[in-house]
Amino acid sequence: MLENYLPILLFLAVGLGVGAIAISAGKVLAPNKPSEEKLSPYECGFEAFEDSRMKFDVRYYLVAILFIIFDLEIAFLFPWAIVLDEIGVFGFWAMMLFLGVLVVGFIYEWKKGALEWE
Amino acid sequence: MNLVSLKTAMALPEIFLAAMASLILILGLFLKESSRDKACYWLSLFTLVATALLVLNGFSSNSVIAFNGLFISDPMGALLKIAVCLISTTVFTYTRQYNQDRDIFKSEYYVLGLFSVTGMMVMISASHLLSLYLGLELMSLCLYAMIAFYRDDKLAVESAMKYFVLGALASSILLYGMSLIYGLTGSLELSVISSTLSTIDQGNLALALAVVFVVVSLAFKLGVVPFHMWVPDVYQGAPTSTTAFMGSVPKIAAFAIIMRLLVGGLGELHDMWQQMLIILAILSVGIGNIIAIAQDNLKRMLAYSTISHMGFFLFGILSGAETGYSASLLYVIVYAAMSAASFGVILCLASEGNEFDKLSDLAGLSKRNPGLAFLLLVLMLSMSGIPPTAGFFAKLSVIQALVDAQLLWVAVTAVILAVIGAFYYLRIIKLAYFDDPVEGHSAPVTVRTDSKAALTVNVLLMVAILPWIGSLIDICNDVISNFGS
Repeated sequence: MLENYLPILLFLAVGLGVGAIAISAGKVLAPNKPSEEKLSPYECGFEAFEDSRMKFDVRYYLVAILFIIFDLEIAFLFPWAIVLDEIGVFGFWAMMLFLGVLVVGFIYEWKKGALEWE
Repeated sequence: MNLVSLKTAMALPEIFLAAMASLILILGLFLKESSRDKACYWLSLFTLVATALLVLNGFSSNSVIAFNGLFISDPMGALLKIAVCLISTTVFTYTRQYNQDRDIFKSEYYVLGLFSVTGMMVMISASHLLSLYLGLELMSLCLYAMIAFYRDDKLAVESAMKYFVLGALASSILLYGMSLIYGLTGSLELSVISSTLSTIDQGNLALALAVVFVVVSLAFKLGVVPFHMWVPDVYQGAPTSTTAFMGSVPKIAAFAIIMRLLVGGLGELHDMWQQMLIILAILSVGIGNIIAIAQDNLKRMLAYSTISHMGFFLFGILSGAETGYSASLLYVIVYAAMSAASFGVILCLASEGNEFDKLSDLAGLSKRNPGLAFLLLVLMLSMSGIPPTAGFFAKLSVIQALVDAQLLWVAVTAVILAVIGAFYYLRIIKLAYFDDPVEGHSAPVTVRTDSKAALTVNVLLMVAILPWIGSLIDICNDVISNFGS
């Protein structure tokens, strides 16, 4: 019973080992020249510690939302492409319908200028 | 698999509506600026009427399951869909002048409205937890956007935010309840859930938890006490055109979700949810009616009136018999028509820079706009349930159902609380007929002819429907007796 868990124990050990080796190798082997800039926390171009109620360009959200829609579309397209020969003509047109609905939204956002930064 | 085995023809009205909404969205981009919004507005009205006709055309007294168990087409659904389409049409008619004055008469506003109606129709015809949830979210997301549409107004943006956050909370509670149901029954299809539940031990604690979650989320969406906190703020803050829409039609869809989920899916657990609904309903009618007395904002007062009406409508559902369901069905249709018309009166009277939402604005209305004052009189009599209006028959059949279900004490409480509610409805009549206009507000308000015509039809045909209230009651009984067969 208990020996069934041996692979998990090995996995934990190897995982810990690889992590420990990578970090300590970096500590020992790499050149170490700390500066204030290097040691300060980094967060995607924002100050790490400041008031959270700050003004934020709404265009970032717009781009992010538009990106998510089309990213999800790709996530549907991959499995669809793989099983296309099994689901046949019906599956093909089902996806075309889905893409058609997305295209309606795409035409709207394009024409409204949501894709232009300025 | 092909289109025939899916029975896509059953969803023809929904497909037409969604396609038209997409088409209007695109048209709005390419038409000339000057004619764009007006053309899209008229096309939206046409689409709603045509959808209602398509539903009527496809009416059959059998229930047909389509889309592999996701979709059900039955007489109850058809009646509800026709009511949704027609009442939305009248509401849209009222919104024109108001939206023009506030610069929100845009094609997108009406496209959002059409998509919201699509969501309601999907919800009405759902026979599967997934399609039920999908319809609910489509409806709600469009409503949030329709409130935030008036983005120059601080209150509107605030109420959209509140509605969105609480709506998301309610949705997550609903999803949790649904996941528990799925875990216990192994199916998302409502008919399968219903038949599996009859084989499960009803003392199961997880089952009780699932029912509690489902009932709480529905109570949130309906806005019944103690989950009503968002209703007054949202009704008051939203632009009145959106309040008229969200205060009337979604209630019809809410009836559908309760019938499909509680009565259809969880019907076996009736004893369990009846207890909860009794508490929710009595609290709503009581607290809604009493707090409404203290309001001096008309929209806020109508919001509390909604809370009490939703409680009253739950009385019919909780009786657990066909008579109760058909009483609730009648109640919700009549209420949606009354609510649409009440906000319609405010919409007609509001002008640029004046929301006309204070009680004092109504003072002396009969001397300024006698026609509108009369319609308001009929509406308020109907809201308080005074014969011979439709509101009276709706209340009567709900109370009748409670008495039939041996819930005499609930029926007596309901009547007493309804009498308390009559006070603030009658106060409006007093203001409009017996008080003098406030200084500087004595000139008659000019109202567009099409809004006035729609309002007259709405009130005289749907609220004061004396001659054919009998046939409406018969239709309600008929469609409910076909439910689930």
